[in-house]
Amino acid sequence: MDVISSVVCPVCGCCCDDLEVLVDNNQIIDVRNACALGAAKFLNYGAHRNTKPLVRKNGKMVKVSLEEAIGRGAEILANASYPLLYGWSSTSCEAIRVGLELAEEVGGVIDNTSTICHGPSIIAVQEVGLPACTLGQIRHRADLIIYWGSNPWSAHPRHIERYTALAEGRFQKGIWKRYLSRLVFESASKRRYRVASLVFKAGSMPLPTAEVSGRSLPPSEERKLVVVDVQKTRTADLADLFVRVEPGGDYDVLQALRALIRDEELDVDDVAGVPVETLEELADLMVNARFGIIFFGLGLTMSVGRSRNVEAAIKLTRDLNKYTKFLIMPMRGHFNVTGADTVFTWQTGYPYAVDFSHGYPRYNPGETSAIDVLMKDDADAALVVASDPVSNFPKKCVENLVKKPLVVIDPHMSATALVADVVIPSAFVGIEAEGTTYRMDHVPLPLKKIVEPPEGCLPDEGILKMILERVREIKSKKAS
Amino acid sequence: MAKLESLGRPDAGMGFILITGRTINQGCGKEHGKFSGEYLANVAVCEMNPEDMRRLNVKDGMNVRVTTEAGSVIVKAKKSRRIKTPGVIFIPYGPWANAVLKSESEGTGMPLLKGLKANVEPTWEEVSSLEDLLIKTYGSSKKVRLEE
Repeated sequence: MDVISSVVCPVCGCCCDDLEVLVDNNQIIDVRNACALGAAKFLNYGAHRNTKPLVRKNGKMVKVSLEEAIGRGAEILANASYPLLYGWSSTSCEAIRVGLELAEEVGGVIDNTSTICHGPSIIAVQEVGLPACTLGQIRHRADLIIYWGSNPWSAHPRHIERYTALAEGRFQKGIWKRYLSRLVFESASKRRYRVASLVFKAGSMPLPTAEVSGRSLPPSEERKLVVVDVQKTRTADLADLFVRVEPGGDYDVLQALRALIRDEELDVDDVAGVPVETLEELADLMVNARFGIIFFGLGLTMSVGRSRNVEAAIKLTRDLNKYTKFLIMPMRGHFNVTGADTVFTWQTGYPYAVDFSHGYPRYNPGETSAIDVLMKDDADAALVVASDPVSNFPKKCVENLVKKPLVVIDPHMSATALVADVVIPSAFVGIEAEGTTYRMDHVPLPLKKIVEPPEGCLPDEGILKMILERVREIKSKKAS
Repeated sequence: MAKLESLGRPDAGMGFILITGRTINQGCGKEHGKFSGEYLANVAVCEMNPEDMRRLNVKDGMNVRVTTEAGSVIVKAKKSRRIKTPGVIFIPYGPWANAVLKSESEGTGMPLLKGLKANVEPTWEEVSSLEDLLIKTYGSSKKVRLEE
């Protein structure tokens, strides 16, 4: 049995690089240091898997050779006038580079999953910039950590432990002890409340409230965690201060905070369900921090206001830099979505939603983004790489996607593969194939090959290169 | 409550606000496979405030029909003490949530995935498996392959 150490986890944008994988006879036996998501991937990647190339013939999917599947896929793409090439965030940077070459060759529109994730954040960053840093700096120095519209407990389970509140940094210590003592105190008071309500129910006295009041903030030199969200997530349980915002109220709250840190008075009692006193407390915390960071999630990008919410958050960060050091970072979802944006940008100048139909790259989210292309039914074929839009796109978009010829390159048997015309199985990047990925703070990390892929399953990069070659052959034949 | 009203509280039929998002169980279910029982059990659910459940006479684990402008879907109701604001419901990302989400992106490329007006009612109808959901929703347009 071999132990492979320093494995980079191919699940979320944290890209934890301290995993240890136990391998015996080309089988993964166990994985250490991984979170629930990482462990689920390493231990179940083989389940529900398709290893044979499939092509739809007379309405039925038939097993074919790899060459035939690639030939059919290339034909679909070469004959389309405006194909959509979508996915890319769960594959390596090397494969994305080939994908961009293919998009240019077929004159299609290429988009990555940022489009329904942090696309609005990118639009906002292009408007107002982004004061950013690496996660290492935060781990060692940040004394105020704010998660806004983001729930790392569920989506990035090791983020808090590795980089923020629970991490032992060089200049800032984790808040483990404080959290544990609070947990003990709160569960004791809940128990007291239950006993009290039993007693009170017997009589006719009003019930006491369960809310623990009078929680005081820790001393100013200690690290503090603040969570702003519409529901009390498990991340919020850890927080020193939790601010509940009404759905769709983030923009108002952000702008109110901007006013407060400029010492302006608010003429209202509450903003989007948040009492002004709570906002004042938060504003004080922000101004008095020595190194603050806002991590924002899809709570800002997917709700009313979208890019404007993110813009307000970045402007708040900019304003705070008049008083102290403050930074902001999006919580990226897929392990290589940052890499997809980066490769798209160094190849075409634009991070996502790139249209090659004019022969040169064009970028206009709202027109060239995958959702809008599908919504308007513009694309006449599609290639999906390492993604499952049939599960993750709104209904109308999926209806238009499945009507047209569809080529899927994916190691999973996903819902999209189920309705495709050509399915080409690939190797899992980070488990069965090497590659480069970008962590959410734009640090590139190498993904390892831990086990051999099943026979006939090539990495995405190899498959895309073969398709590109065939597309070029078909095009040159047409031209001559 | 001003914000909830501005999002369209007045018409009584759509008295809920639908939020979609990630959960740890959705993330793990996804890795078990989209057609697995884990995925169905963790994603085809609608988390609700206990107060709302009492009002609608919905018990934990009962099926509910969630309807929006874009369509309707049947999911399992799940009591959540984390949703403190009455009128807010939560469905994890996935095909069931997407069956009721709108596609308009208002020029941003991003559809409104959090904060959509919705209606919830108890139902006896069963929750569809992913295959059945695909056939029901897209089956007529072409090709849903069922046999492995």
